[in-house]
Amino acid sequence: MSLYDLFPPEFFKLSVPLSAYLILSAILFTIGVATFLFRRNVITVFMAIELMLNAVNLTFVAFSNHFGKVDGQIFSFFVMVVAAAEAAVGLAIILMVFRTSASLQIDDFDTLKN
Amino acid sequence: MQLWLIPLLPLAGAAINGFTGRRTGKTVQSAVAIGSVLLSFLWVVKTLMALMPLEGPYVEKYFTWIASGALTVGVDFAVDRLTAVMLLVVTGIGTLIHIYAAGYMHAEGGYSRFFAYLNLFMFFMLILVLGGNFLILFVGWEGVGLCSYLLIGFYFQKKSASDAGKKAFIVNRIGDFGFSLAMFLIVVTFGSLDFPTVFAQAQALPVEQSAGIVTAICLLLLVGATGKSAQIPLYVWLPDAMEGPTPVSALIHAATMVTAGVYMCSRSAALFMKAPIAMDTVAIIGLATAVLAATIGLVQNDIKKVYAYSTVSQLGFMFLAVGLGAFSAGIYHVVTHAFFKALLFLGAGSVIHACHHEQDMRHMGGLRKKIPHTFAVLLIAALSIAGFPLMAGWFSKEEILGAAHQHHIWMYWLAWFTAGMTAFYVFRSIFLTFFGEYKGHAHPHESPWSMIGPLYVLAILSVVGGYLFNIPHILEPVFRGIVPEGHIEHTLTDYVLGTAPGIIGIFLAYVVYIAKPGMADSIKESFSGVYTLLYNKYFVDEIYDAALVHPIERSSRNFFWKIVDVGIIDNGFVHGFSGSALNLGGLLRRMQSGAIRNYAAWTVIGVVCILSALTVLGGGR
Repeated sequence: MSLYDLFPPEFFKLSVPLSAYLILSAILFTIGVATFLFRRNVITVFMAIELMLNAVNLTFVAFSNHFGKVDGQIFSFFVMVVAAAEAAVGLAIILMVFRTSASLQIDDFDTLKN
Repeated sequence: MQLWLIPLLPLAGAAINGFTGRRTGKTVQSAVAIGSVLLSFLWVVKTLMALMPLEGPYVEKYFTWIASGALTVGVDFAVDRLTAVMLLVVTGIGTLIHIYAAGYMHAEGGYSRFFAYLNLFMFFMLILVLGGNFLILFVGWEGVGLCSYLLIGFYFQKKSASDAGKKAFIVNRIGDFGFSLAMFLIVVTFGSLDFPTVFAQAQALPVEQSAGIVTAICLLLLVGATGKSAQIPLYVWLPDAMEGPTPVSALIHAATMVTAGVYMCSRSAALFMKAPIAMDTVAIIGLATAVLAATIGLVQNDIKKVYAYSTVSQLGFMFLAVGLGAFSAGIYHVVTHAFFKALLFLGAGSVIHACHHEQDMRHMGGLRKKIPHTFAVLLIAALSIAGFPLMAGWFSKEEILGAAHQHHIWMYWLAWFTAGMTAFYVFRSIFLTFFGEYKGHAHPHESPWSMIGPLYVLAILSVVGGYLFNIPHILEPVFRGIVPEGHIEHTLTDYVLGTAPGIIGIFLAYVVYIAKPGMADSIKESFSGVYTLLYNKYFVDEIYDAALVHPIERSSRNFFWKIVDVGIIDNGFVHGFSGSALNLGGLLRRMQSGAIRNYAAWTVIGVVCILSALTVLGGGR
């Protein structure tokens, strides 16, 4: 059995259905939400946010591909830029919070309330 | 013609003194106050000269104030001869009293406040007489009531003064309530508040022999007039109003404001002539007030109280004239009364000033030599009010007595008797104050010329004012077609008979207080019951207290305060609403835990709720 048999030319003409992308995106997003809600480490929570953003990006690109329009790709670039900026600011804030409270546990950050 | 300038000048004076009074000196303040009223007087004179002969009303309409359905009320000023007479009296006497007040109040505190109020009063009084419909008249009517309250309570640190102010205000509220109801009835009946419209329609109505709608309107107007013009049963505030400074008593509570009721009734002559029952009521109330107040005035010891009851009594005379249909005689008495009663009060002020704020006549006496100018003018005023022949008061009193003679003979004799009492009590005050030995401890001194000057002008007017201003003749066009024609012929007998009570009263006062000193005391001894009754003013204040004031106070305290206010409004509404808001806030506060993951959870729950709602309702696409 050769590689050709495994991946005949027809294989590459098949397209993944849109629903597959959307289901994957929903799974990723749900994992992000669950992580955000149930993990205590700030860095993990932060990564969960990134995961949610990327899940959304995936739907954008999938729809863009499905409808043959570039709007969704442009949006996904915006999301990436914003995510990068947010990551920079967010990490800086986490760093400063760690310096003052010597903790990365999200439940300890309640100075404004108490 | 710029009629609006007439009231606006005093308003400007009030505004200047009211807003800048803290920074300006007394000279500037009195100049502004006197100047604004004097300018207003000159403008009145100029306007009236231009409007001569003023047979019919001259109206200026400025703008629509209220437009509601078919009813339109505009800000209109109107001048006819009746208004012209009132304008001249108000601004003329007002100017003189302002000049006097500049001297009288010089040593007192609150100089600018005093003049601001006094000018404000002039503003509202001029609005009252200039108003071209009932509502504008009512605006002035309320405004003068407010200024009266402010000025009676001018010495507000004195409890009696602030109480007297409140009493005047509250008693006037009762009258104003009647006035408002009368206005509502006028709107319902005639569909307008404009004087020409209402009176033209009233003219077309038949005379109401039994009580009807016009009678109701007139009686309600009378309720308003009894409040403002101190008639039975609402006269009780005026004697107490003497707590205010003396120029205020002269201007507001003798010469101008208290005659507003007479003016209003004369203005509404077309209505009153259609309601004979209301007319009789006016006459009887006027006569009863005249008699009652004169008897009280016989025994008072406070010089201002004597003149206060005298004012009530003379206002009763005016209402008698109005009730008899002799409107012009009533206005005649308004004018002459303004002269001699302003003079009496200002003279009394000069006496009080001289005796260092002593008002009790028993501590005066013998002041004739010490303050000769004041004595001279007060004597003239007393002769005028007593109806000494050819003085101003004599003319108007003759007119009223003549009208009473035509109407009912018993009214004539009661009025005649009251005129005698008037002469008696006024000369009693003169004799007690100026004759005999000085019984006080102060060192009386004559007042400054700024006070004496206006007194002499008023004295001249009290002498010649009667034939200089022949009011019945002047007002003839105003009441033409409304009041039946018919000049009262005075025979020589009428004149002699009408003059007699004044002379007899003066003579009796002379006998009792000069010729036979001690006679007053023996009379007091032998009629001690009557004396006590009169000295305590028939206990009317006490009766009102027991019958009205205390029950109202008790029900206010026990029901309206403790149950309605504290129970329902405070605990029910105020505390109830704030308490429920607090409880709800306490519930919502639990969401704000401070933990970030809680917030995220709330967000997720919210998103889930919204999405499922959209899905269930099918709005998702």
